Amino acid sequence: MSLLAQGAEMARRSVLQTLRQPAMVIPPIGFPLILMAVNAGGLESATRLPGFPTDDYLNFVIAFPFIQGSLFAAINAGSSLARDVETGFLKRLALTPMQRAAMLLGNLAGVMTVALLSSCIYLGVGFAAGLHFEAGAGGVLVLLALALLIALAFASLGALIGLRTGSGEAVQGIFPLLFVLVFLSSSALPRELIERDWFRTIATINPVSYLFEGLRSLVIFGWDGEALALGFGVALAIAVLGVLGAASALRTRLVRT
Amino acid sequence: MTDTNGIEVLGLVREFKNGPRAVDGVDLAVAPGEIYGFLGPNGAGKSTAVLMLTTLLPPTAGTARVAGHDIVRDGPAVRAAIGAALQEAALDPLLTGRDHMRLQTTLQGLPKAQRRPRGDELIERVGLADAGDRKVGGYSGGMKRRLDLALALVHSPRVLFLDEPTTGLDPSSRADLWQEVAHLARDDGVTVFLTTQYLEEADVLADRVGIIDHGRIVAEGTPEALKAQIGRPSVEAKPAERGDRDAVAAVLARFGAPVAASPGAAAVRLESGEDLVAVVRALDADGVRVADLQLHQPSLDDVFLAKTGRKLEAGADAPASEEAWSASAGPGSQEPAQVRGTGA
Repeated sequence: MSLLAQGAEMARRSVLQTLRQPAMVIPPIGFPLILMAVNAGGLESATRLPGFPTDDYLNFVIAFPFIQGSLFAAINAGSSLARDVETGFLKRLALTPMQRAAMLLGNLAGVMTVALLSSCIYLGVGFAAGLHFEAGAGGVLVLLALALLIALAFASLGALIGLRTGSGEAVQGIFPLLFVLVFLSSSALPRELIERDWFRTIATINPVSYLFEGLRSLVIFGWDGEALALGFGVALAIAVLGVLGAASALRTRLVRT
Repeated sequence: MTDTNGIEVLGLVREFKNGPRAVDGVDLAVAPGEIYGFLGPNGAGKSTAVLMLTTLLPPTAGTARVAGHDIVRDGPAVRAAIGAALQEAALDPLLTGRDHMRLQTTLQGLPKAQRRPRGDELIERVGLADAGDRKVGGYSGGMKRRLDLALALVHSPRVLFLDEPTTGLDPSSRADLWQEVAHLARDDGVTVFLTTQYLEEADVLADRVGIIDHGRIVAEGTPEALKAQIGRPSVEAKPAERGDRDAVAAVLARFGAPVAASPGAAAVRLESGEDLVAVVRALDADGVRVADLQLHQPSLDDVFLAKTGRKLEAGADAPASEEAWSASAGPGSQEPAQVRGTGA
């Protein structure tokens, strides 16, 4: 049986797991939209700052739900794998001819399927609220691609922690840490408009800023090669590190002769 | 034993870092179609042995062949030939019984057209047809064990490993599972390697039993042969007053050699020709009141006791202290003749 067929079956399982837990579906879709609405309403005056790149804060803040949704993807991926370790399900899988890669591939594919669905909802709500998308229809597709790559990046980090620790609690424990990374980035303001030096420095070092800026560039500026290259590059680098780390952790967990 | 459905183990050892040898030189052979009971207390090394034989844990030393394949060199071939239900029913609480069957039939590589019928057949066989579309998180312990067994059978394995399959089950669920396991071996010719800490399970189900303690097999044979090694029955008496234990022991000593007893009680292996009536008369004549008097036919627990100096079902490491008096467990023999509150 091919790796793809095994991965597809594992992806189906991952999607079922998510859809059967309302707590894994509603927060990843609802919370980012609520936060987007609060920010779009409360921070509208930020658009009057000299140098702010758009006159509608919605165009700026639309990137936020994609990143926040990716954090939930990390939690979902990590929790699911940790549960497999805790319940011994991993041993059941180890006794089948399943390839290790199929398990990781399936888990991440399932999480990304849910992330794609969430992303479409974020965009739909954004357009309904008056979002102006500078890069046009092609830009929407590129934004979805980048959003999925970011979801993969965070999900693979979640998978790494879930497999390394084998503990759902440990996976949940990384959520606040990731949230701090999100807020210490250019999530609310462009980096050049952050007044405090320390905050601006951290936001510049923080790779999450480049994810925001890559997504945002398509909405506000159209086709900005540098922002897109940095966004895709950072997301790809995190995804590669995450997937390699998760694969290594799975090798340790899924021992068989 | 190449190309057979049996198991052949030679000098199998598993050592963990900074720990004792969990399995310490186990030799055994299981014939095709046989049910082999691997009996021992918690921590004896049963599950570690199963993990090695199912290729999920490399041995530190020794060799083993399962269904004709070496467990270290031919891991994939071993896995293709075996089914296993490990100690905890490893199920996904969010999936239904049928979801599990679909996943397992797919990952085991069954042709697409066979997956659904095979899954339905096994779900039906273990009595879960009505519950097959419910999430496993809502299953009882017995239902989970039965689904676990069905999943292990998806690819028609020639050798089946069951690691404490009935632990935590109620008597009715346990009996159902025994019936299914017996059917697999007798009718389908599946070789079954079953670990258990229940004497009754080994006695009822196994063709042969290997008793393991501290990683070593201390006795092996058919349950009947093992019990025959012990021979005569034993009698155990627990005095009504704690301070009378020595008096009880003195009376019993007239009837045979002392053997280990439950906390607070005394016991002897009866000499031939003695019976319980004679013991009761002697206790009565000496004016010793007893709260509990039992005649034990030799059991696998007696075999374990004879080989290790400890009782199996009372807990291998339980101290035989006076403090344990009030919480003392009953003796582990099968169907003891019992008299309560005898004596003057």
